[in-house]
Amino acid sequence: MSRPLVVTRRMVDHPTDSHTLDRYQETGGYEMARRSLDMTRDEIVETVKSANLLGRGGAAFSAGLKWSFLAPDRPAYVVVNADESEPGTFKDRQLLERDPHQLIEGLIITSWANEANHAFIYIRGEYPKPARRVQQAVDEAYAAGYLGEGIFGTDFDLEVTVHLGGGAYICGEETAMINSLEGLRGEPRLKPPYFPAAKGLYMKPTIVNNVETICNVPHVLAMGAEDFKGIAHPEDTGTFLLSLSGHVNEPGNYELPHGLTWREIIYDVAGGIRDGNELKTWIPGGASAPWFVPSLHLDMPLTKQATADAGSMIGSGAVVVMDETTCVVRAALRLVRFFAHESCGECTPCREGAPWLEMMLTRIENGQGRPVDFDVILDVSDGISIGLEWPPKMTTICALGPSAVSPIISLRDHFGDEVVAHIEGGGCPFGRVEEEEVVA
Amino acid sequence: MGSEPITLTIRPAESGKKWSDESLERARRIMARYPEKRSAVMPLLYLAMAEDGRLTNGGMEQVAELVGITPAQVLAVASFYTMYKRERTGKYLISACTSISCMLTGGDDVFEAIELESGVPHGETDEEGLISVEHVECIGACGGAPAVQVNYELIEGVTPVKARELVRWLQQERPATINTDEMQRHFGGRRSFDWAVAEEASAVGPYPAFQPFGTVGGVGEGE
Repeated sequence: MSRPLVVTRRMVDHPTDSHTLDRYQETGGYEMARRSLDMTRDEIVETVKSANLLGRGGAAFSAGLKWSFLAPDRPAYVVVNADESEPGTFKDRQLLERDPHQLIEGLIITSWANEANHAFIYIRGEYPKPARRVQQAVDEAYAAGYLGEGIFGTDFDLEVTVHLGGGAYICGEETAMINSLEGLRGEPRLKPPYFPAAKGLYMKPTIVNNVETICNVPHVLAMGAEDFKGIAHPEDTGTFLLSLSGHVNEPGNYELPHGLTWREIIYDVAGGIRDGNELKTWIPGGASAPWFVPSLHLDMPLTKQATADAGSMIGSGAVVVMDETTCVVRAALRLVRFFAHESCGECTPCREGAPWLEMMLTRIENGQGRPVDFDVILDVSDGISIGLEWPPKMTTICALGPSAVSPIISLRDHFGDEVVAHIEGGGCPFGRVEEEEVVA
Repeated sequence: MGSEPITLTIRPAESGKKWSDESLERARRIMARYPEKRSAVMPLLYLAMAEDGRLTNGGMEQVAELVGITPAQVLAVASFYTMYKRERTGKYLISACTSISCMLTGGDDVFEAIELESGVPHGETDEEGLISVEHVECIGACGGAPAVQVNYELIEGVTPVKARELVRWLQQERPATINTDEMQRHFGGRRSFDWAVAEEASAVGPYPAFQPFGTVGGVGEGE
């Protein structure tokens, strides 16, 4: 089946040199950046807004709308969020490595549209190879006069700094990223008042967008809002990159139009379940998203609204598939452990609650669970995200706390029996080795 | 601003030596890339690791002096992030992912194989100071899970057998630089996506190999 490719087109057509400036220009690259400098900023913001380009980092918020919130104070800054760390997500790594000039062109347009003369690309520290490719591309763009003073012969200046993170998931949260860029601990800021578009980097208006979002910007302008909307789904416009992993035959990144059903995604795109096994459950949008199960969700389309209506989110597009051999308690434990490890420690419910969840799940998985334990787990979870509803209610500054509760919601809604089997049977029915003890 | 930074020694500095002129020059160039000097703390901490092999108190004091904050403020930043290693760290830092996608595809067995073959448990370093081992959260290689990094250079599609071979290779060959393609060829399998292009650059220590940090080695350099 042929599918429209937007952000991965060049790397598919020119696998060996899609990252070079020569190939980028030969395939029309930087033409849109050049042309955008003749457009007014309002024109660009309006186009991106009306194309309904949704943020691809997890929140699926309209990029154009975000840009329209930019406060008048100057200087303004643009930050590319390349701190891809959500378990299951590896799409930005491919965009950074294989087509870095596409990101830079998007960044030029985004910076021009938001009156920023300095932009940052914040890449997670564990991605040195993508960072080297991007730095190389930035250097090439400077040498060509596409970055620096008076780019493309206009009077618009744009400096770009590639920044490496230090191994903290929380820095993918935009206000934490801003603190980190200021040379502080990567703790999120309160919103309000610290909405980045008003009080961001150095307390100046700042736009933070995900890599894939920025990579889409030149294409939105080149195609025009109407054509971009026409790619697939009227509400969820354009394409998006899905990172498929876990127990599928063909894991990998796939650029897809919105609106395919989960059955098509798991069985056609990803080649079905390994060893002919049965599908048990899957995470539809990264570790923070509540899980789906075949009996309820297999024929549901993958759109923002349908996913939200079913109590989850498309998030970062990370789909983690688990087959019948998977112990879901162990899977939930591993996810909760991630959030406990990555909690920045700023808010008590998340800092204290996530490790408690981790300890109790470890106990259940290791056969020391008591009948009341799951109720205690739900009670602690309720303290992190009141009511255990979707979308989650927050007791914390950022969404990391409620994210730690998503695997618990999934166990409660779909796998209560399996939790009970662990407790009553005195251990994991899948007979796995013991989980590492958690020391409080 | 303008006041002299307060000298606060948290523990006696292990490293009394000042940075090389080359590192100081590099630090100045890095600071010039940011509107405010303090923003350069994170890259400068990597320079400090490259100077001493890990993050020493001396290194943090040097960073504090460069950006005009106190060593305690630098420590506050350094202690927040997992990649700034303040403990003794081996020449090769092996990081095995045990997050969800790697766990589902055998990452725990790969990690165990690394621990057993090296004799180094999570978070520790062998006596010689050659190998450090850690299990880490998601490193963005889920399509090629399970994945391992050596000095943050990636190998995807690793098996327990290949992981043991990797450890023995590091112990016996002691490569001067760590190259992702070379490791992938010998010890890797399925990848998240086609890497397509040969990677010339290599890591020289347990910190990211990145041009502005001066921590990039070339293929075939050294022994």
